[in-house]
Amino acid sequence: MKPIIEVNGDQSFLVRLGTEISPVIHKRVKQYSQLLSEKKIEGVTSITISYTDVCVSYNPMVINYKELVKKLKSIDIENYSNTSGSVKTLSIPVCYGGNYGPDLNIVAGHNKLSPEEVIRLHSETPYLIYMLGFSPGFVYLGGLNQAIETPRKEVPRQKIEAGAVGIAGNQTGVYPISSPGGWQIIGQTPVKMFDPQRTPPVLIESGDYIKFEPISESEYKRLEEAISEGNYQPVINTQLINEE
Amino acid sequence: MKSSMHIIKPGLFSTFQDLGRVDSQNIGMPVGGVMDAYAMQMANVLVGNQLGEACLETTMQGPALRFNAPALVAITGGQCRVTLNDEEISLNRSFLVNEGDVLELATVTEGLRSYLAVAGGFDIPMVMGSKSTYLRGGIGGWKGRALLPDDVIPLNTVSAHPKPRKVKGGYIPRYPKTIKLRIIAGPERTRFTKDGIYKFLTETYELSPQSDRMGYRFKGPCIGHQDNADIISSGVAMGTIQVPGEGQPIIMMADRQTTGGYTRIAHVIAADLYKLAQMKPGDKVRFVEVHLDEAHRLLREQQATLDTLCIDA
Repeated sequence: MKPIIEVNGDQSFLVRLGTEISPVIHKRVKQYSQLLSEKKIEGVTSITISYTDVCVSYNPMVINYKELVKKLKSIDIENYSNTSGSVKTLSIPVCYGGNYGPDLNIVAGHNKLSPEEVIRLHSETPYLIYMLGFSPGFVYLGGLNQAIETPRKEVPRQKIEAGAVGIAGNQTGVYPISSPGGWQIIGQTPVKMFDPQRTPPVLIESGDYIKFEPISESEYKRLEEAISEGNYQPVINTQLINEE
Repeated sequence: MKSSMHIIKPGLFSTFQDLGRVDSQNIGMPVGGVMDAYAMQMANVLVGNQLGEACLETTMQGPALRFNAPALVAITGGQCRVTLNDEEISLNRSFLVNEGDVLELATVTEGLRSYLAVAGGFDIPMVMGSKSTYLRGGIGGWKGRALLPDDVIPLNTVSAHPKPRKVKGGYIPRYPKTIKLRIIAGPERTRFTKDGIYKFLTETYELSPQSDRMGYRFKGPCIGHQDNADIISSGVAMGTIQVPGEGQPIIMMADRQTTGGYTRIAHVIAADLYKLAQMKPGDKVRFVEVHLDEAHRLLREQQATLDTLCIDA
């Protein structure tokens, strides 16, 4: 599909690169936003990516929109040559079940599995981060194992703590700030997905991966203390890729 | 001693806001920032600040403040009775306050939000490139929250106060209870029925009390979809009009999330966002479609007024 450029209000354009959520379209979205940001077009104020499109905000007092559309059309992702790069995977230690994951048994019961199997299936493979949105540091992850999909709670909780790890339908994710929510909470991480005092405030970006690592309650407490004292280094694995 | 402003009464909901965090949307950080950017910039012009300097945004019921040092102050936006040591003073002009002076903003009578600027700006920290308060994240502004009684807000020191200025008569915005908002058709306009689009462009919609800095909900004739209201989550801006399945429009405001999952029927043009920001629950709106060229012309005109609207008081 050729990129389709659409008016999205008087200060942004949408560049549509696909119509479904898939790793292939995600890659096109990433490539487009990469090439666009390399162009450093004066008057472009932000480039925000989502599942199937890139939202390009601009200041119409600095750049004429017709000129911007021409530039957006000139970006050619079909001949994208930069095939080497690296993949970042952030480890998220999670204490599953008990007070940390009050809905683990609901997810297990719904799927006729043991809680241990749910933990294993949830933490077995890394998840691709399609995008961040909703609230700062909230990751939209792909690739939840179908065997542990579970509907949202019928009555959302008033408050879910930052760090809660949950499942909602075919999605899984981590609450970066405490907020109301309807996800089934299966565990808790002491790692701060969003910390405005840290540089950078969010450790990962779209295109990176997240891997959940089951930890015990005592390990959780040890990490929680280390984090509050500033003695914790996030575990990020970087793997170089070189595609032919 | 450092110049400061003591909060006697905080008002209903008073927060510091500037033009927001434009650069951090890729990590899911809402842009946030000021609701009525035009009034905020006008306040900054009156006290000689940069256009984007953070101001105090008040809502409905204004605060009472005591200054512990001289300062040049201006109040713009929603109209309310303002008193300096119990003596009434006018909005839309800058004035000097002295040490110990008490400034009080009463309930707004027209519009919803007023903006208070001080020459030199408030001495509050930048968080992720902005001084804006983002309440849900508990960051920015003053301790990441709305003002409370007895907060003491430090002011930046200025070597000399600029001369007081005022806005020329015809340039003071009015905020009537029924407004017209100009819009640009949105990316999912074809997902609605013909009747739905017709209703959207001809009927009147009323602002619901369930509205805040994140989004405005409207009540009015149902805007029907051809099929359903869901889209794959995609970028939204301030002024984006989403229509969920029930057919009632929601307009995204300053603290909106970065992406939304409902069909976007249209976007309010940038030049009209100030009118939207000053709407109160119960106020009514009609939507009128314009072309992108027209939207940009109107925005240029509006920005240009900021250079010419002030004269010495």
